[in-house]
Amino acid sequence: MGDGEEEASVTDMPGRAEQARAFGFETRQLHAGQRPDPNTGARAVPIFQTTSYVFEDPESAAAYFNLQEYGNTYSRIMNPTVAVFEERVANLEGGCGAVAFASGIAAQAAALFTLLQPGDHVVSSAALYGGTVNQFKHLLRKMNVELTWVDPDSADAWRQAVRANTKAFFGETIGNPGGNVLDIETVAAIAHDHELPLIVDNTFATPYLCRPIEWGADIVIHSATKFIGGHGTSIGGAVVEAGTFNWSNGRFPVVAGPSPAYHGLRFHETFGTYGYLMKLRAETLRDLGGALAPVNAFLFLQGLETLSLRMERHVGNALAVAAFLDSHPLAANVTYPGLPGSRYLPLVEKYLPRGAGAVFSFDCAAGRLGGQSLIGGVTLWSHLANVGDSKSLIIHPASTTHRQLNEDELRAAGVAPGTVRLSVGTESVEDLIWDLEQGFARVAAVAGGKAATA
Amino acid sequence: MTDLGRYQDPLTIQRVLHTARTIAVVGLSASELRASYFVGYYLRRHGYRVIPVNPRESRILGERCYATLPEVPVPVDVVNVFRAPDALPGIARDAVAIHAGALWCQFGVISAEGARIAEEGGVTVVMDRCLKVEHARYLGRMHWLGFNTQRITSVRTGLQ
Repeated sequence: MGDGEEEASVTDMPGRAEQARAFGFETRQLHAGQRPDPNTGARAVPIFQTTSYVFEDPESAAAYFNLQEYGNTYSRIMNPTVAVFEERVANLEGGCGAVAFASGIAAQAAALFTLLQPGDHVVSSAALYGGTVNQFKHLLRKMNVELTWVDPDSADAWRQAVRANTKAFFGETIGNPGGNVLDIETVAAIAHDHELPLIVDNTFATPYLCRPIEWGADIVIHSATKFIGGHGTSIGGAVVEAGTFNWSNGRFPVVAGPSPAYHGLRFHETFGTYGYLMKLRAETLRDLGGALAPVNAFLFLQGLETLSLRMERHVGNALAVAAFLDSHPLAANVTYPGLPGSRYLPLVEKYLPRGAGAVFSFDCAAGRLGGQSLIGGVTLWSHLANVGDSKSLIIHPASTTHRQLNEDELRAAGVAPGTVRLSVGTESVEDLIWDLEQGFARVAAVAGGKAATA
Repeated sequence: MTDLGRYQDPLTIQRVLHTARTIAVVGLSASELRASYFVGYYLRRHGYRVIPVNPRESRILGERCYATLPEVPVPVDVVNVFRAPDALPGIARDAVAIHAGALWCQFGVISAEGARIAEEGGVTVVMDRCLKVEHARYLGRMHWLGFNTQRITSVRTGLQ
């Protein structure tokens, strides 16, 4: 093209003017990220089951690879079905965008990989999902990244853990399985005092119950496998960024400095708000792989369409089951943070007013044997290693999800030998309680006349 | 603090995007790695005539450069500014003088005085917004990379 005389190589069709409106959550969980397919008019999100995309012309291809134009090149880096899911999660969380991954663990690794380099340091809550503990403890060490575990409930612990080479704070909205509720606003303020981003895993709350970005979090991680998908069909994850963190503050040359992979491009300077996410996609996702499959993105979108409806039911059932256990003689230490006696109740009222999620644990009488007897006695709750399904799930963390942790790490994560973790589904709640009663009958048999302590 | 909300109205932004043909980019860099070059390149690709205003270069993006706005020999619909905020009042005066339709100030290019001069001269003002991002939000393909366009619509539009 010369002197602007020729036709443009792309056709832009102005639509009807769109009014500014702050749409409600329930509207956005159905519509955000998707417009009716322009080519066919399809109302449902089409599944673009394709590896690659035909370029219009050589100049367009170059523009896509130079990041000068938003275009599809190869489904390891972007896919139109996956993009609908990404935008919808970003919209519901109130972020500037999102990048999806093949799992929540892949999302988390990529989010950290994008902002870390060897010699860096991360401060993390000690009350985490066991898979995250393993990733931080072993994978980060291999990358020569140091880690400090802190008691997430102690503001001083976060403050005192900061070093000159610290690059991020990490925590979960609702800890797994101890039920710690993170004081997001306070921890974000400490992070920002030190010009650090706060990364929050919001898997257990979902954006319906809590939106960490509204309280100061900079990056939100999701395992979409859980409540977002909601039906236990697919593995996937996402990284959402608020888009407001100043990556050019001097602490993050790995994000703000010239990129050798793109001829010296400075992602934060050139793309501003979108710089971190562009780097996450164009470098980290491109180079590590771990792309979400389009079919899985479609299933997550089906899940998101009913997220608010399911979560209302999940938290209602969870509170009823927690109250049942709280008054049961063979159960102790029920960690549901929404219970009236919970130490986290003030934080629940602030951050989780619609409900404190649906995953929690309790200590079964008779320790390890008691916990295993309970699981052996139920017939409706499914014994498996997942949470966030519409079907109710039960597991014994000390012998499964948290098996790789030592005694100290188990304690820090709120796990005792008799701890049983529940993910309360959306069934008829009286059936869930009936089934737990069946299990407790077995526990009573092994506990005998002993005091009901775990 | 300048009330930026009145310079970020979505209906105004859409009207400017849909009606503009010729965009003078003040401070357009000749470096392919700078944000202004990304924006200029993108706008030209999407059918706008992009006129560089940069006294230090002779040609950028295949177009002749002009040192100042009054030297541009054709009518300008949008003056798109990539300069420091303190240059904005002067650029706003030039935008009024050449009867530009709109003064579009990129992220961080914020000046209450510049906005006042343009508005009093009958020039529409958009401030602290990126012209490329807004085009990509309403007409382009920003959603293909998972960015939050904030758009909610069930209206079917044409081929992409």
